[in-house]
Amino acid sequence: MKLANDLRNLVNRDDNLGQLVLITILVFALMAGLNPEKFLRPYNFESISYVFPELGLLSIAIMIAMLTGGIDLSVVGIANLSGILAGTFFHQVIVAHETPDGTVLAYVAAGVGIALLTGLAAGLLNGFLIARLHVTPILATMGTAQIFTGLALVLTGGPAIVGFPAYWGFIGNGKLLGLAVPFLLFLAAAVAIAFVLSRTMLGINLMLIGTNARAALFAGLRRERMILYSYMLSGLLASLAGIILSGRTNAAKSDYGTSYLLQAVLIAVLGGTNPSGGRGTVLGVSIAVLALMFLSSGFQLMRFSNFLVDFIWGAFLLLVIALNAYRNRTR
Amino acid sequence: MSREQNGAAGAPAVPRTRGRPDPVSDILIELRDIEKRFVGVRALDQVSLAIRRGQIHCLAGENGSGKSTIIKIMSGVYGPDAGQILVDGVPVARLDPIAAIRHGIEVIYQDFSLFGNLTVAENLALGHELREKRRLVDWRAVRTLARRAIDRLGVEIDLAADLETLPTSGKQLVAIARALMSDPRLLIMDEPTTALTRREVETLFRVVREIQRQGIAVLFVSHKMREMLEISEWLTVIRNGRKVAEGETGRFDEASITRHMTGQDLSGEPYRWRPAADGKPPRLDVRGLVLPGDTGGTDFKLEAGEIVGLAGLLGSGRTELALALFGMVPGHGGQVLIDGVPVRLSTVQEAIARGIAYVPEDRLTEGLFLAQSIERNILVAAYDRVTRGLMLDRARARALAAETVAAMQIATPSLDKPVGQLSGGNAQRVVIGRWLMTDAKVLILNGPTVGVDVGSKAEIHRKLRELAQTRGLAVLMISDDLPELAQNCNRILLMHRGRLVGEVAGGEASEASVSDMLRRLS
Amino acid sequence: MSLRIFHRSEAVIAAVLLLAMILIGLVNPAFWQLDNLFGLIRSNVVIGIMALGVLMVLISGGIDVSFPAFAVAAMYLTIRAMLALGYDGVVLPFVMATLIGAALGAVNAAFVHYVRVIPLIVTLGTGAMVRGFLLGMVGASQINIDRMPKPLIAFARSELVGIGNGDGTHYGLTAMVVLYGALALAVHLVLRYTLVGRSIYALGGDAEAARRVGFDLRRTTFFVYGAAGALAGFAGLLHSSMIWLANPRDFAGLELDVIAAVVLGGASIFGGRGSVLGTLLGVFMLVMVNNSLIIMKIDTTWQRVVVGAIVIVATAMTAWRDRKRRI
Repeated sequence: MKLANDLRNLVNRDDNLGQLVLITILVFALMAGLNPEKFLRPYNFESISYVFPELGLLSIAIMIAMLTGGIDLSVVGIANLSGILAGTFFHQVIVAHETPDGTVLAYVAAGVGIALLTGLAAGLLNGFLIARLHVTPILATMGTAQIFTGLALVLTGGPAIVGFPAYWGFIGNGKLLGLAVPFLLFLAAAVAIAFVLSRTMLGINLMLIGTNARAALFAGLRRERMILYSYMLSGLLASLAGIILSGRTNAAKSDYGTSYLLQAVLIAVLGGTNPSGGRGTVLGVSIAVLALMFLSSGFQLMRFSNFLVDFIWGAFLLLVIALNAYRNRTR
Repeated sequence: MSREQNGAAGAPAVPRTRGRPDPVSDILIELRDIEKRFVGVRALDQVSLAIRRGQIHCLAGENGSGKSTIIKIMSGVYGPDAGQILVDGVPVARLDPIAAIRHGIEVIYQDFSLFGNLTVAENLALGHELREKRRLVDWRAVRTLARRAIDRLGVEIDLAADLETLPTSGKQLVAIARALMSDPRLLIMDEPTTALTRREVETLFRVVREIQRQGIAVLFVSHKMREMLEISEWLTVIRNGRKVAEGETGRFDEASITRHMTGQDLSGEPYRWRPAADGKPPRLDVRGLVLPGDTGGTDFKLEAGEIVGLAGLLGSGRTELALALFGMVPGHGGQVLIDGVPVRLSTVQEAIARGIAYVPEDRLTEGLFLAQSIERNILVAAYDRVTRGLMLDRARARALAAETVAAMQIATPSLDKPVGQLSGGNAQRVVIGRWLMTDAKVLILNGPTVGVDVGSKAEIHRKLRELAQTRGLAVLMISDDLPELAQNCNRILLMHRGRLVGEVAGGEASEASVSDMLRRLS
Repeated sequence: MSLRIFHRSEAVIAAVLLLAMILIGLVNPAFWQLDNLFGLIRSNVVIGIMALGVLMVLISGGIDVSFPAFAVAAMYLTIRAMLALGYDGVVLPFVMATLIGAALGAVNAAFVHYVRVIPLIVTLGTGAMVRGFLLGMVGASQINIDRMPKPLIAFARSELVGIGNGDGTHYGLTAMVVLYGALALAVHLVLRYTLVGRSIYALGGDAEAARRVGFDLRRTTFFVYGAAGALAGFAGLLHSSMIWLANPRDFAGLELDVIAAVVLGGASIFGGRGSVLGTLLGVFMLVMVNNSLIIMKIDTTWQRVVVGAIVIVATAMTAWRDRKRRI
């Protein structure tokens, strides 16, 4: 009974969420209808569950930045840099077929640590520029994106870093309890972030700061510190996305996933995040990713090129936004 | 340096001092029995008022009293649901903004509708250029137009300066100059003296008198009484959508106007306070507080249970004092002691931790998170009390918020409602109530009942007295509402140009004394 | 009195630019050689024309990240059309490219004005759509020099000044710089001397006040985004004429560089401020930094990092300048 109430509150609280769920179902039905044999195969959903997490994490990362009215355009750069740093580390310490298995596992754990630390450090830089020096988020993260990508380029010299250890590949390609490992990671991260946003001081602070930064000052909120933390959190998520991405493709390159950035921003907004701050949920963003993944998967199965899928994403976003605006106006 | 009158029918200059009402034919615009409803709420109820040619008329009322609606009806933005508008004695069937301007009615709103990133000259000339439907900009013509407009006011402003470099008073003068360019017969000014220093107010009044000399009537709409008393000849007071008083300004004083505006009756007991004989140090002891850029310091003490008023003219430094005590002015000099212990107040967090609470002037932009829930708005300053480590204790949070709602008697069916949906009085209670949980020792309120309906005002006052007495809070109440101060403070301090210049004991008599002292200061 | 000139941001940027040039020249005097300078100027043209459009959008308080996609689309469609029709002129293709860009820009304007979505999101969406459509439907193959329409190439080859090296190689100052200069002048004149131009500043300064004072904001919005699209389309075709290549994947990631250049040139990201002169300087700065790292013998892989660092330093400075406008 309580669950039903909670669920009802959830949907009622945000009309747009309800609309989003409806749209997702419609998209699913449409894709299934257009291509039932291929779309509805378990294999299709399985492959979605492998690709969805990277994008999902990046979208959540951007949502977090948007909560305070900012944005993080460097998430893809952070993801790539994290993967590349881990890869470089592996190449230094692991000699294929010689290093004992147990040691490799330890190194992989260390690699994860390095990647995540990269994300935190990158987020720290972003947060410092934005919260302390008061640089506009768009410009600050544009600049740091160049720096991170640039550093990645310096480290690789251009070509991709390949040859990650098998354990690393497991993160991106493995299965655990019948589900894709990256998907489980995403779920864990999403639940954690949702928890942080609704049940911890950091999350509540971010919502308040995003709603009214001036009133936040008068209420004694530590604005700068909270904003700093939020960008570090975004950086952490981005680096996790980078781990998964390089694990899945067994390669890390300085210019991977450039289309992800645009998509992540669109997904965050589609998922009900207000780019001016104060509103955004993990649930909304996750559903939006799902909707868009169904959309692209469906079209890809129909042999539409990736480019055309981009076109459809853009059109979809603008359509939904126009729909929202129309509905909000007549209210 | 008298100017030619353009448009106005050669009306004689109206003397500055309060004189006899002019004959009926001198009425420029008249509202008769105006009614206006918005979604079931009656904004205006049988309101009648008349503005005479060349008259400086003040329309007094609190926020939400209906004065903004009157302005909008006079300027054609709204149409009345009932009643008549007469211009020059002739009823006007439909008044829309363009027709209003053609009749010679111009409005200057509080935000001036000017462009900070453009020069003064361009701001002045823009409206004219657009009206002429030009395509190209002739900068020489712009400068000439601008010079002429500024000269008409008799003030000096650098035409080439970007508007945003001007102080508020300068921007206001530019707004006035721009309004004059369409040769109005009535200039309506909405809350013109907000954010002006004393000297700037004097300049404004000089300009207003110059405008009057040119035969233009001025309607001041305001709730700041001191200056209105000084400049206007006729006063109309609006409360709850009804006209409750009108007459020659000379017949009113600050206190009587405020009482008309708020409808407060003073039948209740004035606040009394007796010092506790426990030898404890004062809750707040301010010694030689100096704000950056000021010379000389401020000294005063507040004991537990006191409600001390702080009165003063605009620009007297009261808000700055409050902000300094709240940790927003890290560069201040002097010493502040709380319960006898010297404290450093260089950040807001420090001030709150030391027990200082501040209810800001403008609750909409400084106090409330409109889209967030009532619970969040209440808990915002005290989340550390409901978190264990990193995690929020939801049950405890809810319980504390509910307690506060009960304690402050906030009327709401649910704690999850966005606070923006609450009435002014309830919202203000949320802002005050949030400090109940921070172990506050000193509560500073800046305009505690501005924009709050009368019933809520009384309740908030009761609440404040209760908080002072039962929790031993020392309350500092900054207000321009003299009756409010007289009724609720056991003593009233007077501030002028950043210094404390007087003190009066609370109670009924204080209204007159304070009013007097303020008058002598201005 | 002498310090007053430094209150103008353009003066500050010019000073910084000069300083940077001197520094680079010290590291490698080859910087000052005519062929390098001519090359630099040439590199300015396409980016500069696009930047002019972005400048107007920024002044109006908006932002546009779709212009590279529009540029490439206009370019590719025009050239494909030329090839299909066997068309041989120069003027008409540029007209077509400009019109395509303007039409796409109008879509942006419609969403910004009528649907009232924030420009960043709108232009992200339209940019994605256009690029996706172009690469997906029209074709992803690039058109090499052997198939490029000759008249276009010949046009872009024209030079103002030609200088021959003794060994038979040749360098010159491209005549395209005249086009660039003319467009810059035109934009400047519009911004300064037309009411539409002033309406852009008004809109960026205070949209509500602009509406109240009587500006037709619909006209302003359509003008701004339409012009940005038009200039992008023009620049796109010019670009492929100058590099003898029509690559539909071109200009990826360019939006951030151009926006950075315009902001570097003194335009405020909040709107209401900016000038053509500043943009010209900002673009020159950006192009120079990009090109000069080679001259300074800095490894090209470090290029991104250096550019990023410069963007950050510059934007930190503009943040300090704009500090009054934040909360």
